[in-house]
Order: sequence, then C-alpha cells, then structure tokens
Amino acid sequence: MSVRDTILSVFKQVAADQGRTLAPLSDGLRLTECGLDSLSFAIVVSSLEDALNVDPFNSSEWVDFPVTLGDFIKLYDHTVA
Amino acid sequence: MESLWDEAVSPGALTRCRLQAAGAAVALGDLRAASAFGGHLESLRGSSVLVAPVEQLAAGTALLELDGVAGRIVLCTPDLTPQQLTWVAKVAECDAVVTDAETPEPLRGCARIYRMAASPQPLTAARRSDRRTEWVLLTSGTTGTPKLVVHSLESLGGTLPRRLADVGTVWSTFYDIRRYGGLQIFLRAVLGGAPLVLSNAHESTEEFIARAAASGVTHISGTPSHWRKALMSGALARFKPDYVRLSGEVADQPVLDALQTAFPHARIGHAFASTEAGVAFDVNDGLAGFPAALIDRPPDGIEFKIESGTLRIRSGRNAVRYLGDAPASLAAGDGFVDTGDMVELENGRYYFRGRRGGVINVGGLKVYPEEVESVLNADPRVRMSLVRARRSPITGAIVVADVVLADGAEPREGAGGTDDLKTELLNACRRALPAHKVPAMLRLVPSLELTAAGKLVRP
Repeated sequence: MSVRDTILSVFKQVAADQGRTLAPLSDGLRLTECGLDSLSFAIVVSSLEDALNVDPFNSSEWVDFPVTLGDFIKLYDHTVA
Repeated sequence: MESLWDEAVSPGALTRCRLQAAGAAVALGDLRAASAFGGHLESLRGSSVLVAPVEQLAAGTALLELDGVAGRIVLCTPDLTPQQLTWVAKVAECDAVVTDAETPEPLRGCARIYRMAASPQPLTAARRSDRRTEWVLLTSGTTGTPKLVVHSLESLGGTLPRRLADVGTVWSTFYDIRRYGGLQIFLRAVLGGAPLVLSNAHESTEEFIARAAASGVTHISGTPSHWRKALMSGALARFKPDYVRLSGEVADQPVLDALQTAFPHARIGHAFASTEAGVAFDVNDGLAGFPAALIDRPPDGIEFKIESGTLRIRSGRNAVRYLGDAPASLAAGDGFVDTGDMVELENGRYYFRGRRGGVINVGGLKVYPEEVESVLNADPRVRMSLVRARRSPITGAIVVADVVLADGAEPREGAGGTDDLKTELLNACRRALPAHKVPAMLRLVPSLELTAAGKLVRP
C-alpha cells in the first residue's frame, strides 16, 4: 500500500472508531475541517507511526505544521523517502 | 499587597484594563461606581464565596470586586458537575454563591445565592477593602474530586509587573481564567493595566485567533496543545503577537520551533508553573527544558532542588495549603513543594520526562490509568490490564492499553477473532468513559510484570 493509501485508510479507520464523520478526502481539504478532533488526530499520527515506522512530527527537521491533507501526505511522503 | 481592586486602580490613573469577551466587555473604569452585585456587595463582606458564573467575564468581574471584601473566594472551573460544585461549597464552607445563571438545584438552600447583573448597577457604598481574602483554586482533576488549593493575592500576583512600560500591550490566553494558568494572565492584565481578551469555550480555534487578531492582542498564552491546535488551524497567518507563552504541559522543541516559524518576530517563551508550586520560572531562549544553572542560581525569592528525580520548589508563590478534611500536606517539612514532575539532566539542561504520579495528560485532560483499567478488567475475558501513556506530538500523550486475557478466553481461531474481542473491549470503554480516556490502541499480551508487592509495574 502506498503512503497515501495508508494515510487515507487510517483516517477512515480512526474516524469510524471515534464516531466522527469524515469530510470527503481531497488534497485541498483543510485538516481542521476534515472532521477529526485533536484526539483523533493524535491517534492517526500514532497509528501511522506503527504502520509506516515514522513520526514526522517528532523529527528534528520538521518545522511546518501541515494545513491541508495534501500537506500532510507530502510530509509523510518526504519523511518515508 | 493591597486588594486587587486597589492595585488595579492605583495610582489614580485610569487603567486601560478591560475584560473583553466575545460580544461583551467590562472596563475597570465602569466599576468605579458600579457593581455586578449592585447594592448587595456589602452583604458579601467576610463571606466565603463560591464564584460559579458560567461566563469568564462575570467570573473576572467577581474576582475584581470580591478580593479584599470576601473572606474567601473559591474559583469554580466550568467543568464541575452540580454534585462537585456542592461538594466544593461544603469543603470551602461557602455561605454565598455568585453566578450569572440558574443555580444548580443542590446548591439552593445551603448558601445565599447572588445573581450577578449583566451590566453593572450603581454601588450604594464606596468600595472598601478591609481584609486579605483567601483565594481557593481547584486542580484540574477530571475524575473523582478536585483538590482545593489555598493561595493569597500575594502568592498569585505578588511578583507580577505593575504598570507595563509598553502601553500597547493587549493580553489574551487560551486558558479559562479560573484555572491557574489563565488566572496568571488575568492578574498580569489587571495589575499591568492592560486589556485582556477572554477565550470562549464555544468558539473554534480559528474564531478565537481571528478575534484576538482583530482585538490587537500582543501577548498570548496557552498550553502546547492549544498551540499545536492553533498551528494546525492555519489561522495564524493574520495574527502578529509580540509574545507567545506556553505553560501547563511540557513544551517540546518542535512546538517551540513551529511557533517561532509561524511568528518570526515574536518572543516565544515557556514557563513552568503548577497550581500548588506557583510560577517557578520562564524560559526564553527558544529551547525546550531549562538550563541546569537555574537550579543553582535561581531568580530572587525562589529555590529549587531535585530529589528522587522530581523538581521541588520553595518560594513565596507556593500555595499555602489544601482545604478539606485531613488534607494532605502541600509542602514537605522543609517548605519545598514536590511538583511530581520528573526531570533529567542532559548536556547541561534539564528536560521534563513526565509525571511521577503516572497520570496521563491527554491534551491537558487527566486520565488516571486505573480508571480505564477497571473498565477493561470488568470484562470477564480479561485477566488484567495495564493502561499507559503513549507519547503523542499532537496531544502530548494518548492512552494505550495492554491486556492479558483470562485462561480459556483466547479469541477463537480465524479471521476477525482477535479483532472482534478488541473491538468489544473498546466499545465497553466507549460506553463508560469520555473519548480521551478510551485507549487509542489495545494490545493483547501474554503477561504483565508485577512488583514484589504484587503491584503492576507502571512505566
């Protein structure tokens, strides 16, 4: 599964687990409007750390917080690569 | 130190201080001859007052009016249930309740109720301060009973700057001003003669930031979790504060760096404070942790030591004591308050490693592992469980659980067996607990380590 597919599937799984309604996922979707709260988001990042073995939010190089889903995927793409 | 009101209006100059909520405001000048209690302020003299408004604006007004008048003011946080409010009122021996809304049923009849006016009414007697009011803060325990922590205006605000040099300062904070972190900002604004833009629980991060920007906020504080949320909102582009302050949780390097990038011209500082120990120090070098030299050469009036791995503090900003039946002692015999925060020395700097008590802090909300374990353990298929924190860059921590199954409760073979069991356990947690306490991940493990005394080894 590609990084993108992994991320999208984790978003969907966490939303389902947390009983949250996910907005239609597109690269331009702002993370604050995707339907996940901070807690769900924290679970997404931890799940991705398990699935992809990276946590870009804790890397020393990371400075910019992603604003859109596209930024978020790019951040993981960059860290995995 | 004089009363808060006397400090706020001295030395006679009209203060710029105003409390600004979303859609309403109170200027200190408006309170010179008027009161939210109208002619009833005098009847609160000497009382032990439960300060229980819904709105922060009313709570802030009550604090300004009641310090130096009431014998004791108890700052109720907005998350208290009616049962907890009643318990707090009893422990603090409150004989009066001030509020801006309907009083919860259990409180009626056990204290005088004062409904605060939406706009100040004329005072019938001049303001007069004649006592040192006890301030009682509640610790943010969301399970069980909060602790009641006694402070004085001196311990809360005695060292805060008076009369800001820069008259352009406008304060704001993500915190509710009835919690220690928010109260510090409230006092900074009032004592420094600056406006304060209050947060609002019903506002999104974007809306709050937009209101802060529109109100000309220059100085703003929040927890690292507040700030991570703000950074993720994408709303910071139009906000240009001069000073950004983090407190209440461990400020890690990524959040400090991200804020410096978002606000290239702002000073980014983090502070260490707790309700019991008071404000201890500010760190303004842009780095996580704090320099080891601070321990040996502390600022005036404060002493630090590290014992058994935790930071201990003795200063005039320490709280005085706990209230309650047979309360625990707040400080050790030598006067040092044990913060319970574990620190480790690394390359000349101390870094916070977590709470010795093991309470999990999920974005500022406390989770006691035992409470979650008791829900898991209630399932007959579960032998024992260990609930622990997993570090999270978003909320500081999330809750994860390791579960040992009872003999014979092995999930059935085949696809979905293990997953079904996990889902059922998590659903039980979701029914019993608020979302932040539900384990985000659950593992089935063959065993958990125990101490010689038969207790779970907690990480």
